[in-house]
Formats: sequence, structure tokens, C-alpha cells
Amino acid sequence: MNTKLGLYRKEKIYGFLFILPPLLGLLIFTLYPMIYSIYGSFTDWDGLGQMNFIGLGNFKDLWSDELFHKALFNTLFMMLGIPIGITLALLLALGLNRGVPGTTAFRVIYYVPVISSLAAVSIMWNWAYNGDYGLVNQFLDLFGISGPNWMANKYTVKPALIIMAVWKGLGYTMLLYLAALQSVSRSYYEAAELDGASGFKSFWHITWPMVRPVTFFIIVTNIIGGSQIFTEMNIMTPTGGPEYASASVVFYIWQKAFGNFQMGYASAMAVFLGVFIFVVTLIQFRMNEKQSFDVD
Amino acid sequence: MTSRRRVTHSIIFVLLLIGAVFMIGPLLWMLSTSFKDKQDVFALPPVWIPRPFHFDKYSEIWTAGPLLSGIRNSLIIAVTVTIVGTFTSSLAAFSFAKLRFPGKNKIFLLMLSSLMIPYPAVMIPQFFMFSKLGWIDTLLPLIVPGLFGNIVMIFFLRQYLSSVPNAIIEAAKIDGSSYFRLYSSITFPLIKPAVAAQLILWFMGIWNDYLSPIIYLNSPEKQTLQLVIANFNATYAIQTDYPLIMAASIIALLPMLIIFLVFQKQIIESVAISGVKG
Repeated sequence: MNTKLGLYRKEKIYGFLFILPPLLGLLIFTLYPMIYSIYGSFTDWDGLGQMNFIGLGNFKDLWSDELFHKALFNTLFMMLGIPIGITLALLLALGLNRGVPGTTAFRVIYYVPVISSLAAVSIMWNWAYNGDYGLVNQFLDLFGISGPNWMANKYTVKPALIIMAVWKGLGYTMLLYLAALQSVSRSYYEAAELDGASGFKSFWHITWPMVRPVTFFIIVTNIIGGSQIFTEMNIMTPTGGPEYASASVVFYIWQKAFGNFQMGYASAMAVFLGVFIFVVTLIQFRMNEKQSFDVD
Repeated sequence: MTSRRRVTHSIIFVLLLIGAVFMIGPLLWMLSTSFKDKQDVFALPPVWIPRPFHFDKYSEIWTAGPLLSGIRNSLIIAVTVTIVGTFTSSLAAFSFAKLRFPGKNKIFLLMLSSLMIPYPAVMIPQFFMFSKLGWIDTLLPLIVPGLFGNIVMIFFLRQYLSSVPNAIIEAAKIDGSSYFRLYSSITFPLIKPAVAAQLILWFMGIWNDYLSPIIYLNSPEKQTLQLVIANFNATYAIQTDYPLIMAASIIALLPMLIIFLVFQKQIIESVAISGVKG
């Protein structure tokens, strides 16, 4: 009895000791800065002088800050790439799942953009979008279309970034779908076929519901990732693009914080972003809960 | 039936092939540009195979900017963080999965929910923490936080460990094995493949990171590879020296490409599992 108690006490100590580094990391590098961010968002913090409490002042300023509105709109607009990417990826995965020759090679080729450095591919796409010599317009020339100077036009800069984002992320989404498709039992399709359902019907009634958890996962992670989009803009349109048409929220935060030293104001935006992501994640969890009820 | 099947297969194959051209085309164009001379770069229609191949940009890049120190800095950060961080993460995952102590599940949930906090939301106070320590323009802000572990990795390894039977660990416990030995000589060898896959993914993430390095690093010789090539772009795009920029970019993504091709099976499996279970 005594040794058993001693053993448990030892386990308690070691168990806690082993998780101590990540726990400390969490407290020091995430929770403490987060609380500080929230506090800072209510002050006129400039990084040097005193932090004066100004209540909701920063948030009021955000409400009327045209550049922030633009950045927010741009960020949300870019998320149009999510449904496009999902559709394409699912089609690709369905194709690959049929066991055509060269499946492994296709998987690798489609995944290469995913592992490529975003900085490097941003540089490459920037050159590809060049109005005169870029690959994109030369390709369009084949069809008699004379393309615009993509990155310098306020109407085309966002679509251009969306195309690039879809290209970059397609392989990852496709892979997730492929894994999900492979876990769907053949017997469902066989049963459906016996009932006379095939093709689109069996896709709609079997495949789509079965991959729904993956679809949710992709939507949520893509919204979270998309709301933090930064590198592309920073490299491809270092000033925020024509009429600030390609600046994202994080781009604006970065500019305000480390360019203008308006730390309080930037913190307010950061808090806004954090709340946005929190809400999106919460909705996801709620929907997932509902989903599992449906299955039961 | 079989012939119809063959036709659909062929159609799908062709469509996948066209898609593959779009995926790989821009990267091949980048590669080809890096071997071109001035006329070929601006040739219309585009020249895909340079005549002749110019390799001189690949020797020029090493003196045109701090490429070598960029590679070194990226390596220092990524290697240190992934090795130490993998140790702390796997140890924590072992504890979360196989040891009993009070508050365990609550702490785990706290860690998981912290994944919702985006980096931009904490980067400003973090910057001031590190600036008070005098760590700005050093690699430390990019290294130190990672040493404490990676929550995604902990989550993944903990899931993986749930398939390791408790009986093995209980038996070793009764034999009087120390807790660290339970981890190092029993658990760790069992989860090695999962650890390796996670480590590679993490390494790639750090190697390709751009936002945190741009915040902390100013002097050219302190910068990571991604910043160095971004500066190449900013400097040489004005001079329209695209072969040079593309050569530098190829150098930036080549190491990850090689790692991916070598470990593609593990990486793809690991990604697929994390998505399906997530």
C-alpha cells in the first residue's frame, strides 16, 4: 500500500515535470502576450513612452479607418479562393481515387507547391504576373486574350493573389480529401449500385456526406490561415498594392506596429483578428457537434 | 463495361495531366528563367529551353547577397528548434498519454485551445519582451520559443500513443524502470516514425517562415534565407535581373524539395492522418 502510494506520487511529479516545458512556453509566449495585447489595445501605446488608457478609443478609430476597412475587405475577399480550392481539390481527389496510372507521381507533383517556400513562389508569381513578359499573359495570348498588368491594377491584384493561393494550397487539400475518400467503405457504393444509384447520385448521397468532416476541417483551417495572410502581399505588393487593394489585415497590423510604432492601435487590430478566429472556430465546433448527432 | 471504364480512366488521366502541367509549369518556368540570358528572359513567345544554358547566375548569387549566411541562419534556427523542441514535445506527449497526474486533461485542453490564438495577436508584446532582453536582431527570438515544444506535435503524438498498449508501460513500471526510461527506451522507439514525420513538417514550417524573421531580423547577415531572397527580389527586380532572382529562389526551395522527395511517403501519410483525425 505504501509503495503504491509512493509510486503514484512519483508519477504525479514526473507527469507534471514532463509537460512543464510546453506549459511554460504556453504561459510565457502565448497567454501572457495575449493578455498584454488585450491590455495594449485599450491604450495609446507607442512602444516608447507611457501607456495611457484610452478606453475603446482604438476600436472607435478602427471603425472609421478607411485603410483598415480596405484591408479587412481584401482579406475576406481573398477567401473566395477557399470554395474554389475545395471544389478543385475534391475533383482531383475523386479522379486520383479511381486508381489511374501514375497516382503517386500526381500526388507528388500537386504537392510540390505546398512545400515550396511562400517567399520564393511569391517572387516567382510576381514575375509571372508581369504585364509584358509574364508567363500568365503569354499563356493568355495563346487564346488571343491580352492580359492586364496583374499586380498593378486594383481590379486584378486580388484575383491574381487568389489564383496563386489556390495553386499553392491545392495539393494539401487534395491530399486530405484523398485520405478521406480512401477510408469510405466500398460496400456503400455497392449497395447504392444495387439500388440503382450511381454517378452523381452516389456522390451526393454517399461521398459528400462521408467527407464532410474533412470539408469542415479544411474550411476552418483555411479561414484561420487566410485571415493571417501576409507574406504574399509583403513581397508582391510592398506598399499595399494599387489603392491599397492587396493589403491584408496582418499587413496593416505589421505596418502600423513596426512601421509607425502605433502599438496600441495595432494591438486593437490584433485583438479583432483573434476574436474573429475564435468565433470561426467556435462555429466549427458547434457544427461538428450537430454533425455527430446526425450520425447517431 | 471494361472498355467504358478504360475510356473514363483515360479521360481522368488526361485531365490530371493537364492539371499537373499547371501545377509544375510555373516552377519549371522559374527554373528555366534562372538559366537564361537577358534576351531570352524577355523573349516573346517565351523560351522554355534556354540556348545555351547559362550557369553563371548560380555562381553570382553567392556574392550578390548574403545567401550563404541566410542558409546558415535558417539551418541554425530550424535544427536547434526541431531537435530540442521534438524532445520536449514528445516527452510531454508521453506524459499526457501514459502518465496519471491531476489536472492533466484540463492542461491539455488549455494547450489545445491556445492553438486558436493566431501569431499576429501575440507578436507585438512578444516583440517587446525580446527587445527588453536585447534579443532584437539576433536569432534567439526565433529559437527560444520553439525549444519549449510544439502543441500540434504534442497533440499528434499523443493521439499516436493511444495505440500503444498501456500494458507494456505498466509492466515496465512494475519492473522499477524510471519514468524517463519509460519514455526514452520504450515509448520513443515505438513512436519514431510519427516523430520523424512531424519533425520534418515542423522543419519545413520554420525554414519557410517569413513573418517572424521579418519582425526580428534587420542586419543582412543575421537574416534567414527567406528574407535574403525577398531582398534579392526587392533589389534586383528594379534592374530586371530575373535570372539572378530566380536562381536565388530556386536555392531557397531546393532543400525542402529534396527533403520532400526523400520523405514523401511519411510526409503525405502524416498530413493525411492529421487531417482526417482533426
